[in-house]
Amino acid sequence: MNKRKLPFGTALLNAPFTLWTVIFILAPLVLVAYFAFTGNDGRFSLQWFEYIFDPARRETYLRMFGDSLLYGALATGISLLLAFPLAHFMAQSKQSVQRVLMLLIMVPMWMNFLIATNAWRYILEHNGLINNLLAGIGLPRLGMINTPGAAILGMVYNFVPFMILPIYTVMARLNVQLVEAAQDLGASRWEVLRRVIVPLSMPGVMSGVIMVFVPSVSVFFINDRLGGVRLIGDVINDRVLNETNLGAAFSLILMLIILVCMLVLNRMGDREKGAFVN
Amino acid sequence: MEKDIIIDLRNVNIALGGQPILQDLSLYIRNKEFITLLGPSGCGKTTTLRIIAGFLQPDDGQVIFDGTDCAGVPPHKRQVNTIFQRYALFPHLNVYKNVAFGLKLAKLSKKELHDRVTEMLAMVNLTGFEKRTIASLSGGQQQRVAIARALAVKPRVLLLDEPLGALDLKLRKDMQVELKNIQQQLGITFVYVTHDQEEALSMSDTIVVMDEGVIQQIGTPKDIYDEPKNAFVADFIGESNIIDGIMLADLKVKFAGMTFTCVDKGFAKNEKVDVVIRPEDVDIVPAAHGVLPGTITSATFKGVHYEYIVDVQSFKWMIQCTDAYAVGDVIGIMIDPQEIHVMKKSKYSDLIGDYSSFSDEFDELSNPLEEDEDE
Repeated sequence: MNKRKLPFGTALLNAPFTLWTVIFILAPLVLVAYFAFTGNDGRFSLQWFEYIFDPARRETYLRMFGDSLLYGALATGISLLLAFPLAHFMAQSKQSVQRVLMLLIMVPMWMNFLIATNAWRYILEHNGLINNLLAGIGLPRLGMINTPGAAILGMVYNFVPFMILPIYTVMARLNVQLVEAAQDLGASRWEVLRRVIVPLSMPGVMSGVIMVFVPSVSVFFINDRLGGVRLIGDVINDRVLNETNLGAAFSLILMLIILVCMLVLNRMGDREKGAFVN
Repeated sequence: MEKDIIIDLRNVNIALGGQPILQDLSLYIRNKEFITLLGPSGCGKTTTLRIIAGFLQPDDGQVIFDGTDCAGVPPHKRQVNTIFQRYALFPHLNVYKNVAFGLKLAKLSKKELHDRVTEMLAMVNLTGFEKRTIASLSGGQQQRVAIARALAVKPRVLLLDEPLGALDLKLRKDMQVELKNIQQQLGITFVYVTHDQEEALSMSDTIVVMDEGVIQQIGTPKDIYDEPKNAFVADFIGESNIIDGIMLADLKVKFAGMTFTCVDKGFAKNEKVDVVIRPEDVDIVPAAHGVLPGTITSATFKGVHYEYIVDVQSFKWMIQCTDAYAVGDVIGIMIDPQEIHVMKKSKYSDLIGDYSSFSDEFDELSNPLEEDEDE
């Protein structure tokens, strides 16, 4: 009797999660795929993919996908370079310092990204804050707005907290005795970092990379406003209301690309780990 | 000064978080000896170890290693290695790579490194465990990996911070013997930190008893047990009856209303003293034959012997003997002159009472297993 009841009870306990998964994860994916493969006549069709890969447009769209990946990768790389030392510093600081830094990292996340992006535009533009300051002291104005650099700055600004937090979480839990043990066995500060802290932080780095790379690749608005660059995210954003099916086809391709990137990254992560173990 | 001194701590003071931890501590450690720092939680023994390892810098005083002052020398440049309380093995490396960690940093050739790791693993009976992950090992096996890892780099001194604290009793006893064997076999200095007095007595060449950042006594296990310097040492090492007494003259001490012959001298006339008598040194005889009468108030069978709490003029003594008596029996006690140890009064004299509040449970509470003084 009991043995039969137990799975039912477990299923019941799992119900909220199962429901959540179905409604918020599976259903949207299925819908995206459904729209992408539905033609104007409401039947199964590849017309949207044919449209995208039409020789007349193919090059434009492929370059857009390529740019999205490139910008995403750059934003992720820069975020990692900024986040790793900061997370390391935070994890080694006193509790009070850790709390203040954590707050400073969180506060920008409370601000809507549209507002933050417009604020950055105001700071960087030709008659913006920085250029007015430069002009005020007699220096020439710089062309910062509408450059790839500004687009990447906007992405890094928005997404770097998602890199810092997972790395910091892993580092803060790192047993201090492991660092001492490494020093004790003859490791200099640099070698402690290389042989102990970096390999043990890899789980945090991997989740940070995923959490920054995915939104960076599909980003819209930020790049447009700051960089004057239109990426695949903008294309999807434009299509999604009026040309839903075409937008869905773009989304599906983007999801596939991201999926492939994640698989490659995971592979690399494993190999990285192997490299450090040696 | 003796010649063969490897570590010399001179007037070391340190405070952590405004709290003085070590006060004017001076201690020398001879080459190749097994020395134990023994004391309760918070006595400064782990801090002393961390100063020797270089993880802490003393506020004041010198640490001299093999004739050179090592102020400011970072841990990775010292010829000492540590076995940490919870081993601190690298979870991302397997057993082989853990043991090879220090050797790799020392830039040994591949063959030398392999030979050395193999030799070390054989020494700790872990041959065949090379590829195992740390998480898959038992506590005892992890302990062995930690020993192999620390000894692989051939330190001159090995520091051990409560290394057996996390092991169960049986394993602890085995490891005690094994560690002692390894120390003698390799002929290197071991500085061992523990709060377990029995462990200290059975393993050490020299014991340093510490309390509140001050060394209470340094000596061989036999010295420490037989001739405790003050009431703290007598109470901490084994069980002791500590009784107020008056030194009437050389070789004559008065306590419990009686004058006894003893073997101690050199005290002032009528100086107040603490008299220590070990529970196993008291003989129980029929009431008529004893020098002092007493009533048994508690009897516990301990396996090898019985442990009695005996009321002697309202002062509760602990007495251990192999004969069976019942609670309420009136007995006599006898003490040989050489079993009476006379100590100078100290600040501990008033803190340590008789056995009226004694229970095993209380004993465990006052000897916590965890050592958290630096955390």
